[in-house]
Amino acid sequence: MITFRMNGLEVKAEEGWSLLETAKFYGLAIPTLCHHEGLTEFGGCRLCVVEIGEGLRSKLVSACTYPAEEGLVVRTDTTRVWAARRMMIELMLAMAPGSKVLQDLASKFNVTRVRFKLRHGECVLCGLCTRICAEQMDAAAIGFQQRGHKRKISTPFDARSEVCRLCGACMYICPACQLRCQGPDADTAICNGCLTMEPSCLDHYDDLQCWMYDAGRCGTCVQEKKS
Amino acid sequence: MDTDKTKVQSLIDKHQGLKKNLIAILLDIQESFNYLPPDALRQVAKSLGMPLIDVCGVATFYRAFSLTPRGKHICLVCLGTACHVRGGPKILEELERKLDVPAGETTKDGQFTLETVACLGCCAIGPVVVIDGEYHGHATIRKIGPILTKYQKPQAS
Repeated sequence: MITFRMNGLEVKAEEGWSLLETAKFYGLAIPTLCHHEGLTEFGGCRLCVVEIGEGLRSKLVSACTYPAEEGLVVRTDTTRVWAARRMMIELMLAMAPGSKVLQDLASKFNVTRVRFKLRHGECVLCGLCTRICAEQMDAAAIGFQQRGHKRKISTPFDARSEVCRLCGACMYICPACQLRCQGPDADTAICNGCLTMEPSCLDHYDDLQCWMYDAGRCGTCVQEKKS
Repeated sequence: MDTDKTKVQSLIDKHQGLKKNLIAILLDIQESFNYLPPDALRQVAKSLGMPLIDVCGVATFYRAFSLTPRGKHICLVCLGTACHVRGGPKILEELERKLDVPAGETTKDGQFTLETVACLGCCAIGPVVVIDGEYHGHATIRKIGPILTKYQKPQAS
């Protein structure tokens, strides 16, 4: 058993546990994107960053890849951690503004603007699809190609792969494939519709209620409630 | 085709067919074929017992490898900060005009491949043009013509 402190709480971790696993065991919420149970850790999305150490020596590490250490001091929700997570969400949102998972994360973390050039790549290179393809489907049909700003997920020679069985696992696990709700502002980079879930149309029509009227076409139900 | 296969196989065998020697194998294939043919990559993947995608990942990651046939002479133009300030882009433009290919591609006759690099570490003699490992420092637009003919000559005669 490894004993260390997490958010001031003394926690015990099994040998080989990561910080993320320990936090999960104790019910501490750490957001993740590229982590998936049953797949190897990648440490690419940096959403699970936590602060380890104290004072000036403290640093940010990814909880999913950092092993539990004896006597470690971990804080999962400091200002610095939140700033880093919000920045990562903003960056990833610029890569794939159409992703529901990312839009939901933006709402959850109150990210209300994107200061970067939108790429509309609809891929954040989290590597989930390549890992599920290789590790669970035993196919290894897709993988990272090129590098730097040209890095992408593709099949060998960008052609139909001979080992792909069209199982669809890559699409199932992809956080960017599921489209965000196509509300009234589908063209804008950021939706933030989930920041306020209260329907606001009731204010305007006293006895009328909007039941599935072309779901979300009028858009009021995803707008901020008027005070 | 068969000769290719035996040649690739001999190169793989040279490195004991070990996964850790993948880069060395690819470098040898690149040297003998001047590029990495898709069939050779398939064969390497099969012999080393690793997924083709991983071999392709390595082959596309490093700039030393090319999946398209490369020219006889490799022409590198430095566009690092120092060379850029001293007119590297203009020299690249001149080379693109002279060779009639955009950067990163090979001339139709297969003689030259024009590529750009970020820095060669010899900023003092910038702007630099490197052809087949030979450094041509203090390059100017005027010097480009004579330098190129030097490499074109053997082919003409």
